[in-house]
Amino acid sequence: MKYLIRKIMFLLLTIWAALTINFILPRLMPGNPAEVMVAKFRGKITPQAMNALKIAFGIDVHQNIFVQYFRYIQNTMKGNFGISITYFPMPVKSMLAQSIPWTLGLVGTSTIIAFTLGTLLGIKSAWKRNNFLADMSVPIGLFLKSIPYFWLALLFLYLFSFKLSWFPLAGGSSGKFIGFKEVLDILYHSILPAFTIVVAASGGWILTMRNNMISVLSEDYITFAAAKGLKEKEIMYKYGARNAILPNMTGFAMALGFIIGGSLLTEMVFSYPGVGYILYQAVESLDYPLMQAIFLFISLAVLVANFLADVTYVLLDPRVRSGGKE
Amino acid sequence: MKANRMNHKLIKQIISIFKIKKAAFGAIVILFFILVAILAPLIAPYSPSEMVSLPVQPPSWSHLFGTNTYGQDLFSRVVWGARLSLLVGVECGIITSIFSLIIGLSAGYFGGIIDDILTTITNIFLIIPGLPLIIVIAAYIAVKGVTPIVFVISITGWAWGARVFRSQMMTLRNRDFVKAAVVLGEHPIRIIFFEIFPNMLSLVAANFFGTMLYAVLTEASLEFIGLGNVNVVTWGTILYWAQNNQALMLGAWWWFIIPGLCIALLGVSLAMVNFAIDEITNPRLKRA
Repeated sequence: MKYLIRKIMFLLLTIWAALTINFILPRLMPGNPAEVMVAKFRGKITPQAMNALKIAFGIDVHQNIFVQYFRYIQNTMKGNFGISITYFPMPVKSMLAQSIPWTLGLVGTSTIIAFTLGTLLGIKSAWKRNNFLADMSVPIGLFLKSIPYFWLALLFLYLFSFKLSWFPLAGGSSGKFIGFKEVLDILYHSILPAFTIVVAASGGWILTMRNNMISVLSEDYITFAAAKGLKEKEIMYKYGARNAILPNMTGFAMALGFIIGGSLLTEMVFSYPGVGYILYQAVESLDYPLMQAIFLFISLAVLVANFLADVTYVLLDPRVRSGGKE
Repeated sequence: MKANRMNHKLIKQIISIFKIKKAAFGAIVILFFILVAILAPLIAPYSPSEMVSLPVQPPSWSHLFGTNTYGQDLFSRVVWGARLSLLVGVECGIITSIFSLIIGLSAGYFGGIIDDILTTITNIFLIIPGLPLIIVIAAYIAVKGVTPIVFVISITGWAWGARVFRSQMMTLRNRDFVKAAVVLGEHPIRIIFFEIFPNMLSLVAANFFGTMLYAVLTEASLEFIGLGNVNVVTWGTILYWAQNNQALMLGAWWWFIIPGLCIALLGVSLAMVNFAIDEITNPRLKRA
C-alpha cells in the first residue's frame, strides 16, 4: 500500500511538472516568440479566446504570474488548449481528437508486434548459442537501435513505394472508398509505416530479452529442471522465459505509453495523419498552442503508462510488494 | 605509485577494448570520421555550398556522391558535414556527462534529503518524453543553430547517466578506503573527485559513448525536421534539404542514403564501443 501511495504521489508530481514546463517555456525564451503568433490572431478570434491565448503564453498580461498560472491550469483542466494556427479556426482539441486514433491504430499495433517478435527472438537467441540466428541477433539488434529510424523510413519508402510501387507514397488513406473497402484501403496504407516501426523497435526488445534470459538461464533451478529431464521447450518457456520476461513487462507497459509520441518522425516521413504529422506541421508554422497540447498529451500518456507499469510490477513480482523498495 | 598503477590499469583496459572485434571496428570508424572532419578542407574537392555542376547528377568519378538540386557536390557536403555532426555529439557527450556526474555523485554521496530531491528531479527528467520536449523547446528558440541544439540535448539527456552514477556512488560510498578518507577529515569534494571518481572511469566512458550516440541521433532528427540552422552543413541538414526538395520523388537516392548511412555508421560504432566497455567491466555479459 505504501508503495502504491508513493507511486501515485510520483504520478501527480510528474503531471504537475509537465504542466509547469509547458507554462514556463514560452516565458523563459528571450523575446517571447509566441508573440508573433498571437499577433496573427488579432481580430480573428473572440476577445475571450484571445485572452486565454495571452494567458497561456504570457503575452502582455498585466496579471500576477501566480494568477496567470492558476488560470492556465484551469484552462488546461477544462481541455481548453486554444485554437490551432495551422488549421485555423479549428480548436486544438479537435485536431488532437482527429489525429490520435490514427496514431493509436498504427503505432499501437506495431508496438505489440515488435514486442512479441523481439521477445521471441531474444528468447531463442539466448537459448541457442553458437547458432546463426543467435549470433546475428545481437549485432542486428544493436544496429537497429543505433541508426536514425526516420532514415530507415526514408529508405523503405524509396525502395518499396517509389521503386517497386508496392505501397502508396503518402497518407493514411486515399479517401476514395467507403465501407469495407475503406478499411482495406487504410490497412494497405499502414503496412509500410507499420513495417518500419516493427523493424526499428524490435532491436531493443531482442537485446533486453536476451540479456534477461541469459542471466535467468544461469540460475540453479534451470540446471535442476534440466537434470529432472524436463523437455527443452518446457524449460525454455515455462522456467526461463517466464521469469526473464518480468522486467520486460514493465518496459512493454512503458512502450504502450510511448505509442502516441514514439514514432513522430516515422509519421512525418510517411505523411501519416497521426500526432507526429500534425506536430511536424505545428513546428513548421510555429503553431505553439498545438505543439504544447501535443507535448502535454504525449507526456500524460507516458506518465500514466509508467504508473500502470509500476502497478503491474507489484502484481507480477511479490518481492516488490513485501520489500516496498524500488 | 597509486596513480601509476591506475594509469597502467587504464592502458590495459584500453588495449582490451581493441581486442574485442566489435569495439575495434567501432573505434576505427570513429577515428576515421574524426580524421575526415579534421582534414575536411584537404579532402573535399569543392566548396560545400557552391554550385559546381549540373543539378541532380548521380554519383560519378567527378562527383563521388553525386550532386543535389542546387548543383552542390554532395561528397564535399558529407565531408564538411562530418565536422559539425561530430562536434555536436562530442560537446553533448561532455556537457551531459558533467551534468550527470555532478547530480548523480552528489545524490549518491550525500544521501538524505539532498539525495531525495536530486533523485526526484532525475526521475522526472527520466520519464518526461525526451523528443517531444526537445522539439517544443527547439521550436521556441528564436536563434537557430548548433549551440541551441547542444543546449537542448544536454539539459534533457543527463538523467539516465545521473541514475547510473548515483547507484555506483552508493556502492563505492561504503568501501573502506572512502570511510578512511572521511575519518581522515578530507573534504567531500576531494573524496568524491580524487578518491571515488577514478574508480568509475570506465562507467563514465561507457556513459559518454552512450550519450554521444543519443546526441548524434537526436541532432539528426531535429535538423531533419528543420529545427536547426538549415544553412549550416551537417549530415542532418543534408537530409533536411533532400526531404524538402523531394529527393525521393526525383529518384535521387544518393542524396538521402549516403548522409543517413554516415549517421548510421557512426551510431553503430558508438554503440559498439559502449557495448564493449560494458562487456569488459561486467564479466557476466562476456560469458554470454
